[in-house]
This record gives sequence, C-alpha cells and structure tokens, in this order.
Amino acid sequence: MQEIINIFVKSIFVDNMIFAFFLGMCSYLAVSKTVKTSMGLGIAVVFVLLITVPLNYLIDNFLLKEGALAWISPKLASIDLSYLSFIVFIAVIAAMVQLVEMFIEKTSPVLYAQLGIFLPLIAVNCAILGASLFMQEREYNNIGEVIGFSLGSGIGWLLAIVGIAAIREKLRYSQIPAPLRGLGITFIITGLMAIAFMSFLGIKL
Amino acid sequence: MAGINFKLIKNPLSKENPITVQVLGICSALAVTAKLQPAFVMALSVIVVVVFSNLIISLIRNTIPPRIRIIVQLVIVSLLVILVDQILKAFVYDVSKQLSVFVGLIITNCIVMGRLEAFAMNNKPFDSLLDGIGNGIGYAVILVTLGIIRELFGSGTLWGYNVIPQSFYDMGYQDNSLMIMPPMALILVGIIIWIQRARNKDLCEK
Repeated sequence: MQEIINIFVKSIFVDNMIFAFFLGMCSYLAVSKTVKTSMGLGIAVVFVLLITVPLNYLIDNFLLKEGALAWISPKLASIDLSYLSFIVFIAVIAAMVQLVEMFIEKTSPVLYAQLGIFLPLIAVNCAILGASLFMQEREYNNIGEVIGFSLGSGIGWLLAIVGIAAIREKLRYSQIPAPLRGLGITFIITGLMAIAFMSFLGIKL
Repeated sequence: MAGINFKLIKNPLSKENPITVQVLGICSALAVTAKLQPAFVMALSVIVVVVFSNLIISLIRNTIPPRIRIIVQLVIVSLLVILVDQILKAFVYDVSKQLSVFVGLIITNCIVMGRLEAFAMNNKPFDSLLDGIGNGIGYAVILVTLGIIRELFGSGTLWGYNVIPQSFYDMGYQDNSLMIMPPMALILVGIIIWIQRARNKDLCEK
C-alpha cells in the first residue's frame, strides 16, 4: 500500500507529465486560456487516463508481453507480440475515448456539455499514450501501482494546466513586448513553473 | 505536373514553421533535445513518418469515409511508427533506448495528424509529399538547433565529442547543467519564438 502512495505522489510532483516529460503540450498550450475550460479538459484527462492505462496494463501483461500468452497454453509461451503494443494501445485509447463519450452523453448531460468538446481531442493527446508507454517501460509490479501511477499523472497534468490558465488570465492585463505575446511568454512561464517543480526532485520516496 | 511547387517546402521552414508558428509537435521537440544525436535521429524519424503518411493518406483520401478518418489515419501512422521503431532498435539501439517512449509518441505527434488533417486529406499525392518534406525539415531545424544549444552549453560536447577546450575549464568555465534539465528547453523555445517574431512582425499575436 505504501508503495502505491509513493508512486501516486511521485507521479504528481516529481515525474509531472508536463514539467518533466512535456507530454500533452499541444492541448496544454491551446486550451489554457481560461481556468474554467482548462479545468474541464484536465478532469477529462484524469478520467481517460484512469481507464486506459490499467486496461493497457492488462492487455500488455496477458496478451502482448513475451510469455504472456502462456495462460492459454504453454506452447504459446515463446511468442513475443510486444512490437504490436503501439498500435494496440492507440486503438484501445481511441475506442475507450469513444465509449466514454457515449456513456457520459447518455448518463450525465451536464457533464457531457462540459467535457463534450474535449473528449475527441484527448484521443490524440500525447499524455494518454505517453502514460501507457511509460507504464510498459517502468514495469510496475501489480495493477494497484498502475492505478496509482495513472491517477497521479492525471492529477499532475490537471494541476499544471489549471496553474498556467490562472497565470494567463492575469497576463492579459500586463504589458508584454509584442513579439513575446501569447505563445512565447507561455513557454517561458511554463519553464519557470518547471524550475519551481524541480524543487520536488529532492524528495526521496 | 506543372513543376515542383517550392512554396510547399519553403514556407514551413520559416513563416509556417510547425513548431514555432503552428504549435504542433512540441512534446517530443522538448524532451529529446538534451543531446544532439537523439535530437537528430528523432527529427529523421519524424520526417520519414510525416512524408510517408502524407503520401499514403493522400493516395487513398477519396476512399476514406469521413466519419472514420481519424481511426484510418491513426492506423496508418502507427504502422509507419512501428516500422521506424523496429529499424531504430535494430541499427542504433543506444539511441533508441535514450529516446525511450518518444518514438512511440510520434503516433500522437500533432505534426503528423495536423498535416494529414489540414493538407493531405484534400490535396494531390505529389503536393502532399512535398508538404510532408517541408514540415518535416521545418521540425528538424528547430530540433537540431535546440540540440546543439543544449548540448554545447549543458555538457560542453557536440555529438558526444568534446568541443570546449580543457583550458576553458581550467580558467573556471563551468557547464550549465540547467541546460540539460527540462525547464531550459521550454525557455529556449520561448526565446526562439521571440526572436523569430521580432524579425517577422506579421506573426505577432494581438
């Protein structure tokens, strides 16, 4: 249990998706103009990460990895399908995003109105595929750790996008040199935020 | 075929640069540029993927039903990325280890999907090929520039060879290790955008 909490905290602060790995930068830059919309996108990302990463973990462990097919018959133990993981992961993500969208549309129209426009965007958000690939590379021991990791990464991403949105709302009233306005200053501020987050590197978990 | 349309190659290099102007494909641009070599290999892989996916999608653009076009694009792009990944693993294993998940992330690199949606879906194959080459090179230029700056100031080497002479270090020069940390990549991209927009006023945001 302690291990799971460690991974959870670590993936929020130390291995933050945006500040340490730059994943999901495209939507981070495009949708961070107001706090309200960025909150919506952030929650949608947490939601989708929490579903797709554990699912991909199961698929990886029971279908794709070397020796993973041994549960069907020992003869299949030598098969290694891991080269298929990219295409399987992205297919799972695209399908799950579609499913989640339909499910929310049926069950909660209010939530759908808030998240609706962001959900299709998420299928091609690199944070989602990136989390699945990190999960594969870091070889977590059990599904609990994977859930901790996916929830932590999602919340870390949410934290980053809401933070930059709040700063950008204030920036609108400041005098910035014309060439730096918009994109340029957003990059530089993200860099400064990343330096602030580097202070968490010292934490030993 | 009325000659090659050079605009398609030239524009993405400066005033329609995929990274600094269209804001596509930022993720990988920042993460792999701590050293020159992985940045170069990454740029090459993206060029290959963007050129061939543009060409293939453009060839079959009239047969793809519009409702499922995203899935079709994703499948074709991921097939190309799997090929690139296997080739990298076979021939340059060390670099492929360094790039880790970022080769796989070419699938969701917005440059590839962005160009497919914006250009290849409604243009002829040959033009799409040129557009792919142009955007790939535009991306590569930024990646290699960042790689050179960060490796030179961050570790005093280029492509793994020492460039800064030992006498500099003896006089008290030190490598700026912040350069190889993630935050500096963001700030450097911000500065590149600043310089580019200062020289070309049309690109400034209101």
